[in-house]
Formats: sequence, structure tokens, C-alpha cells
Amino acid sequence: MIRLEKRPQPSRAWSLATPVVAVLATMVAGGMLFGILGKDPVEAIRTIFWEPLFGEFAFYYRPQLLVKGAPLVLIAIGLSLGFKAGIWNIGAEGQYIIGALVGAGIGLAFYPLEAWFVFPLMVIGGAFGGWLWAMIPAYLKTRFGTNEILVSLMLVYVAEQFLASMSLGLLRNPEGHGFPGSRNFNSYEGASSWINENAGMHWGVVAALIAVIFAYVLLNRHMVGYHIRLTGEAPRAARFAGVKPARLILFCLGTSGMLAGLAGLFEVSGPSGQVSIDFNVGYGFTAIIVAFLGRLHPVGILLAGGLMALTYIGGDIAQSNLQLPSAAIQVFQGMLLFFLLAFDLLTNFRISLGKPEVA
Amino acid sequence: MDLSAINPVLLIASLMVAATPLLFAAIGELVVEKSGVLNLGVEGMMIIGAVAGFATAVESGSPLLGFVAAAGAGAALSILFAILTQYAQANQVASGLSLTLFGLGLSALMGQSYVGIKPPQMQKLDIPLLSDLPVIGPILFGHDLMLYVALMLIAAVWAVIKFTRIGLVLRAVGENHDAAHALGYKVVRIRIIAILFGGACAGLGGAYISLIRVPQWTEGMTAGIGWIALALVVFASWKPWRVLLGAYLFGGVTVVQLNLQAAGVAIPVEYLAMSPYLITILVLVILSADKSSAPAALGRNFHAAR
Amino acid sequence: MKLTKLMTSAAVAFGLATSALADDPTKVGFVYVGPVGDGGWTYEHDQGRKAVVEEFGDKVETVYVENVAEGPDAERVITQMALQGADLIFTTSFGYMDPTINVAAKFPNVRFEHATGYKQAENVATYSARFYEGRAVQGTIAGNMTKSNIVGYIGSYPIPEVIRGINSAYIHAKKVNPDVEFKIVWAFTWFDPAKEADAAKVLIEQGADVILQHTDSTAPQAAAQAAGNVITFGQASDMAEYGPLPRVSSIIDDWAPYYIARTQAVMDGTWTSGNTWDGIGAGMVGIGEISDAVPADVKEAALAMKAALADGSYHAFTGPINKQDGSAWLADGEVADDGTLAGMNFFVEGIEGDIPQ
Repeated sequence: MIRLEKRPQPSRAWSLATPVVAVLATMVAGGMLFGILGKDPVEAIRTIFWEPLFGEFAFYYRPQLLVKGAPLVLIAIGLSLGFKAGIWNIGAEGQYIIGALVGAGIGLAFYPLEAWFVFPLMVIGGAFGGWLWAMIPAYLKTRFGTNEILVSLMLVYVAEQFLASMSLGLLRNPEGHGFPGSRNFNSYEGASSWINENAGMHWGVVAALIAVIFAYVLLNRHMVGYHIRLTGEAPRAARFAGVKPARLILFCLGTSGMLAGLAGLFEVSGPSGQVSIDFNVGYGFTAIIVAFLGRLHPVGILLAGGLMALTYIGGDIAQSNLQLPSAAIQVFQGMLLFFLLAFDLLTNFRISLGKPEVA
Repeated sequence: MDLSAINPVLLIASLMVAATPLLFAAIGELVVEKSGVLNLGVEGMMIIGAVAGFATAVESGSPLLGFVAAAGAGAALSILFAILTQYAQANQVASGLSLTLFGLGLSALMGQSYVGIKPPQMQKLDIPLLSDLPVIGPILFGHDLMLYVALMLIAAVWAVIKFTRIGLVLRAVGENHDAAHALGYKVVRIRIIAILFGGACAGLGGAYISLIRVPQWTEGMTAGIGWIALALVVFASWKPWRVLLGAYLFGGVTVVQLNLQAAGVAIPVEYLAMSPYLITILVLVILSADKSSAPAALGRNFHAAR
Repeated sequence: MKLTKLMTSAAVAFGLATSALADDPTKVGFVYVGPVGDGGWTYEHDQGRKAVVEEFGDKVETVYVENVAEGPDAERVITQMALQGADLIFTTSFGYMDPTINVAAKFPNVRFEHATGYKQAENVATYSARFYEGRAVQGTIAGNMTKSNIVGYIGSYPIPEVIRGINSAYIHAKKVNPDVEFKIVWAFTWFDPAKEADAAKVLIEQGADVILQHTDSTAPQAAAQAAGNVITFGQASDMAEYGPLPRVSSIIDDWAPYYIARTQAVMDGTWTSGNTWDGIGAGMVGIGEISDAVPADVKEAALAMKAALADGSYHAFTGPINKQDGSAWLADGEVADDGTLAGMNFFVEGIEGDIPQ
């Protein structure tokens, strides 16, 4: 009989080892899947995990990891603050869109002015847009007690329609021959978020790193961080300790919305380059997974974001090199998440063999 | 503009069809959430149901058999979620999201050879006399069998939760799993059964899309309906009949929106397409006075031994 | 800018390698926006890829990546194909325009073909199909066959491509049936079967007995079949499984001839950049078998229209045509120029309703 015993404290050793074990298990299970699909399993796994980091063209893929990982980390850091306190913002996708729209709107309004203040204004606009969009569920929750999961999710769909409307209307490139989509920021020097395109460096990468440090300090060294943790672990005790729930809700949702908005702004003015109908590609939802994979810990999120980025990039390489269908890559990612979540068990529980104690 | 072109009877009849996949998925998720579990993998289970139901119906020639297979497939996928959350104590939000990712990928792999095929047709109920009645006929008696199954399912879930011991236990587990455990209820077992039921219902909802509402198989064809179902449960504040109301409201706004467009009313389409979501938020605010509705243990894991 | 240099030299190395080893298969890459199993847009591009494989056998190696989001992902995937030695890369969605141009600048020895865009370069050609020619044939059939005189049209997004199709269908329906009226519904999606089914049902309920669609799924076909007495046309692919009724014909995206010709050009070293906008004549726009549900005289008229468009004796936009607001667009006998067509953002006279902005 296998039994689980809760560890008095999460095991440090296992918390470091489980991701490795999970990745290895995914390699085995994924290899079997690829084998069934008639591909060489070893080659497929090597392509996904090795090729982007150390393969022949790693000089190109490594910077791409930064480009792909930065928005995930930036959004996930913001979300993790709320998740720790039991405040569920699952509408980061919408905040990402609105942040991009407001920021891009400001940039396009100044076009073609080349001035030092254009980009900073866009950054402020992006942060404000995301913050504003997140304030809707926050305000409704504090004022009326509505469920923030639902309101933030609903606002994603509203934002998507808004995005379609903007790329077909107000923000449409006047020189775009009637096609939807805005001007490209890559040809507008003063409003581009790129620092060095070939190195994968844009201001979003910098912001993601700052956010990691900021979250780490906040959670470990600051009163607000303590309040967040306390509210998540013992809401009643938190109230006795003087935590104001409403203020915490406004802070957590506001911060996560702001970071998601920033991620959107950096994406639209850099890697993506323009506002278009299909501008959003699900970073806001993937970031939720990243936040949990990183166990809501800033450093963990950084690593989890990198891992997700790796499977995306490696997956695309495997598609073109080995003709694996993209669906197989999706299944593979799903497996990786399942194993990571399942093996997490070992961190908090001890498995013992033997008869259950009779109570 | 020609509003007289809109036929309210047909409008109601078609919004009933549009709402049925939502009904299936949402009523299943309602039971899951009543037991204190939040499964965000509805979309994944729906699409697995859609492909499994479609494939089975094509191979066997029987849509009904397809629905059975869809329920089985949805439940089978939900076992993964059950193992993760109930045995491995994994976080429910992350597990549910992963389930959706996995389901979307797996369904695409399973469905590769079914693209561009027409499934066998499900006959509409055609009750002599009743189906021919004006107004009431097309609305109440002119649909396919599964639409009525969905309605009966709502009634059944309502009755079971309200009047039976099973419902009582379910609610007890969802409200306070420690107390339920102390009373001798098998918390984990009950939750797993609820999760399986939710999976089966989501599977049926998916198959309703691929076999009746659309009907065809293409990758990603559920196109976010699973997410709306999740929203619907909260919208309904965990009350079965409100799920019905909400599903018709959601389905209704889309159908009315399209009707107005076709009638030539100059409406900003994007803004109207937003309206179901905005209306939901509004209704949420209005309903927020009722705070007793959410299962207290929703989303929290339970571990018995300590 | 060390990395740029590295990349360019890698590309140069590949360029040299391919020319040095003449026996080496020509590598052709395809970037798809949807899954190859979408049964529509991407499916047809993949059919084109398969035709290339069939035509050249061992002399060609094709690679593809599906479900590539427009934006940074696309740029990465295109770069990756170029790095890995592709000689020719087809990027098959409008949103890949800027990424294609960016990557092409870094790989001067690789040839790029971008579908439906308007930006070209030394090594970037563009190609698109004159689907509006197919719409003219559809309009002819629709105008003749409608009994209620109401034609329903499911649009995706209000972009020139779609507006052009609506105008073309309307002009030719009107020509054979002056009483015809178009009801247009914008779905604001390329692909959402459930919503498309709803849209088709709504149009049918409001009296349409012909449904034209500019979205990719077969959902409207099924809705029409369920309703009975409604005819439809296949979109992107033949959708023959819904024939002979409701589907009476179709517009098929047939990329195979173009893909084969361009691959051949790379092999022969005769590839040059340019803008190809082919229609029925070149076989890029296929008209699916007109089913027996269409009366013989209508079928004849439709085929005559098809033949006239194919040999160039007739242009689908030939004046006199006024814009929706009544202002003159084309004088009698005047033919629309490609520039106006490419950016078309207005309805022609007679169509009711506004284009959403």
C-alpha cells in the first residue's frame, strides 16, 4: 500500500530535483509518442531540447529564447503576486492587448516625430492601459464582490473585439492599401522597443528581469509581500494582522495588469512590430501555467518561462526538421506540464510503503 | 433596415440549438464545482469529445453511438485531471489549463483522417401534430434528441442536488471537505466521480458541436466555447436553472446580433460582439448581492492523512 | 553586428553549397497560419506543397511548419527555414508580410514568396489569386437561381479581399436578376464553425435561399442542407461532399501550378521577383464542378462567364459601375485597375449596409 505523508516543510532537495525528473519523464513519454507517429524518438527529443541551445544555429535561437520568454515571465511575475494571495486574475491576455493598444496608439499619434520622449510615453501608456483594464475586475470585486476570475476572463473577449476594431479602424496604417493592421514600429526608430535585435534584447527583456528582482524583494523583504503571503495562507489571520483586503486586491490586480500591459507594449513595439487582428497569441494564458510551474516563486518563474520558450522554439524546429505535426508538439507540452505538476507531489509529500495506520 | 425579416420563432428555435453545447459543458462543470473542484480543462474535454464522437459516428454510422463515445472520451481525459489534483495534489488551475492544451493537441492528432468528411445525420424528432403547431411546434417539438437530453440533464442535476442524499453529500464535500471527511464521506472518491461526470458532459457538448450544430470535424473547432461554459457556471451562481437561463442569454445575444446585421441594421459589429461579455459582467454585478452561492472549498485540494 | 555577419555568412555558405552540389535536392519551405487539417486555406496550400513533391520527386525536399502565429513567431520560423538551407520559402498569410521582408534582407540568396501581400524585394515575390473572378461566376449562378431574390453573404473581416468578393458577386447577380438583394453578415473570424453555422441559419431564416461564404468551414453548407431549398458554394476547397445540393459549385484555391512553376524556376536559376495575381485563366482559381441541381441554361451562362474571364475577353469589374454613394467609379467599358482593386474599401451601388470600420 502506497501512502502519502505530508512533509512538515517542503523538501528543498526535491523541489530542485522534481523539475529534472519531470523533464526526463516527459522525454520518455514524449519519445514514445513520437515513436508511435513514426519519428525517431531520440532525434525528436534532441531537436526540441538541444537544438535551440547548443545546435548548429544556436547563435540565432538563444536570443530568440529571450524574445519568447520575456513576455511570459513579465506577465507571470505579476500574476504570481495575486495568486499567492488568492486573487485570480486570469484575464492577463486582455490586459496585454489593451496595454499594447494604448501604448501603440500614443506612439502612432506622434508618428513620424523622432524625439526622446516618445518611447517613454508609450511605456507609460502601456502600463496604464493594462492597469486600467485590470482595475475593472478589481473595482467590481471590491465594490460589489463580483468574482474576478469571471470578470477578468470576460474582459479578454471584449479586448479581442476591441483589438479587431482598432486594427481595422483607428490604428490602421493609412499607407497599408486598405489592409488591416497598423504601421510597423520597426521602421519608426524613436518608438521601437529593440535595444539590439540580433541579441534578442528589447526593453521587455530588461523589464522582465527587473520584475523578477522587484517581486523577489517585495515578497521577501517588504510588508506588502508579507501581507500577500499571509492572505494566501491564512486569510482570517491576515485580517487580524491589519491587512486591508480591498487594498490588497487593488494592488495585486493593478500590478499584474500593469505588467501584462507593459508586456503587450514591448511586444507590439518590438518583436511583433504592429497592431493587427491576431496580435495576441495567448501569452496571457500561457503565463498562468508559467506562474504555477515556477511555483509562484520569482526565480522559479524565470526558469519556467525559459523552459516554455524552449519547448516552443524547439517544437517549431522539430516541425520543420522532422515534419512532426504541431499537434504532437502541443501534446508534448501538455505532457511536460502534467509531469511537472504531478512530480511536484514529492516536494510536499513523502511516499511511504506499508500499511495505513489505523486511526 | 428591415426588422420584419427577423422571425422571432425561428430565432428562439435556433438560439436553443446554439446554447445546447454550452448547456452540456456547463451543467457538468457545475457538478464538478459543487464538489469543490475547479476544472479549467472544459475546452480540452469538449474537443476530445467532439473528435471521438465524430470518429465513432462516422465509423459506426450511428450518431447516438458517437455521443456515447464522446462521453466516454471526455470522462477518460478528465481522469488525468482527477489523478493530478486528487492523488498528486497538483494545483487545480494549472492542471486544468494543461488539460486544455493537451486535449487540443491530442484531438488534432486523433482527427487527422476525419477532415472533410460528412457525419451521419441525426434525425430531428418529428412528433405528428405537436411539431406542426404554430409557434410552439418549432420551439418545443422540432429539435434533435440530444437537445432534450441536455434539458433533462439540467432538471436531473437540479433534482439530485436539491432533493437527494447524493446531492447533500456532494454539497457537503464542496462546502467543507474536512468536516465531510470527519463524517466518514470518501471525499476523494466523490470528487473523482464528479470530475468524471463533468468530463462526460463536456464530451457530449463537444460532440453536439461536431455532430449536430456544425456538423464536421476540424481542428480547434470548439473555438472557446469551453471557456464560456466555465463563465456560465459562475454566472449561474452554481444553480442549474440559471445555467439554462445564462446559456440562452449567451446564445441569444450572438444570434440576435447576427440577425440585426442581416436585417441591415447599421451596428458596430465588434461592439455588439462584445455585448454578451459585457452583459455577463453587468448581470454578475446585479447578482452579486447573493454571496452564499460559491462552494466554500472551491479550488482547494484535500489530503486526508496528516 | 557580429551576429548579422555570422548569419549572412551562414546563408552565403548555404548558397554556395547548393550551387556547388547540383544533385542536392532543392529545399522548399512552407509557413502555414493554420493547421493543415483546417480543410480550407492552409489545407489547400498544403495540397500545393504535395503537388510539388509529386512533380519533382527526389529532386525536391519540402518542409513545412503549421499553426505559426503572425508576428515574431513567424519571423523565427522563416529564419529557421532559411538557416537550414531552404532555397525557396512560401509564406502563406497576409500577416507574414513584414516578417518575410525582414528575414529576406538577411538572406539574400534565399528566395521568398509571400501570399496576398504588397511588399516586394529583390528576393521577395508576392502572389495572390483573383478570387473575385470566381465570385463573378458564383454571382451569375446565384442571381439566376434565387427565388426569394435574397442572397446571404457571410463575410469574415471587412478587408479589401472580402469586399472585392462581395462586389463582384453582387454585380454579376444583379446583371442576371435586377431584383436581387444581398444580406451581409460579418462574422469577424476566419474560422469558427459554430458562429458560421449561426450566421448561415440567420440568413436563411431571413429569407436567403443562396448562401455565399468567405469563411473557411463547411458549417454553412451543413446549415443550408438542414434547411433545404438553399444553395451554397464551396469556399477554398471543393466541399464536394455537400454536392449536388446544397453545394452547387465552388471556388477552389489551386496553388499547385504556381508552386510547381516557381520551384522549377529556382531549379533552373530563372527565378525573379515580381507580383503575380492570377485568376481562372492561369488555373490559380478553380471553379468546382457545377452540379446537376443547376438548370442547364444557368450552367451554360456560368461556364460562358468562366470562359470569358479565363481568356481575358471580359473583366469582372467592367463599367459602368457606380460606388455605393452613387458617385461614378468606372465609365462605360472602363476596366478597374489592379491598384484600386487591391485596396478596395467601398461597396458598389445597390448594396445596402455599411462596411464596418
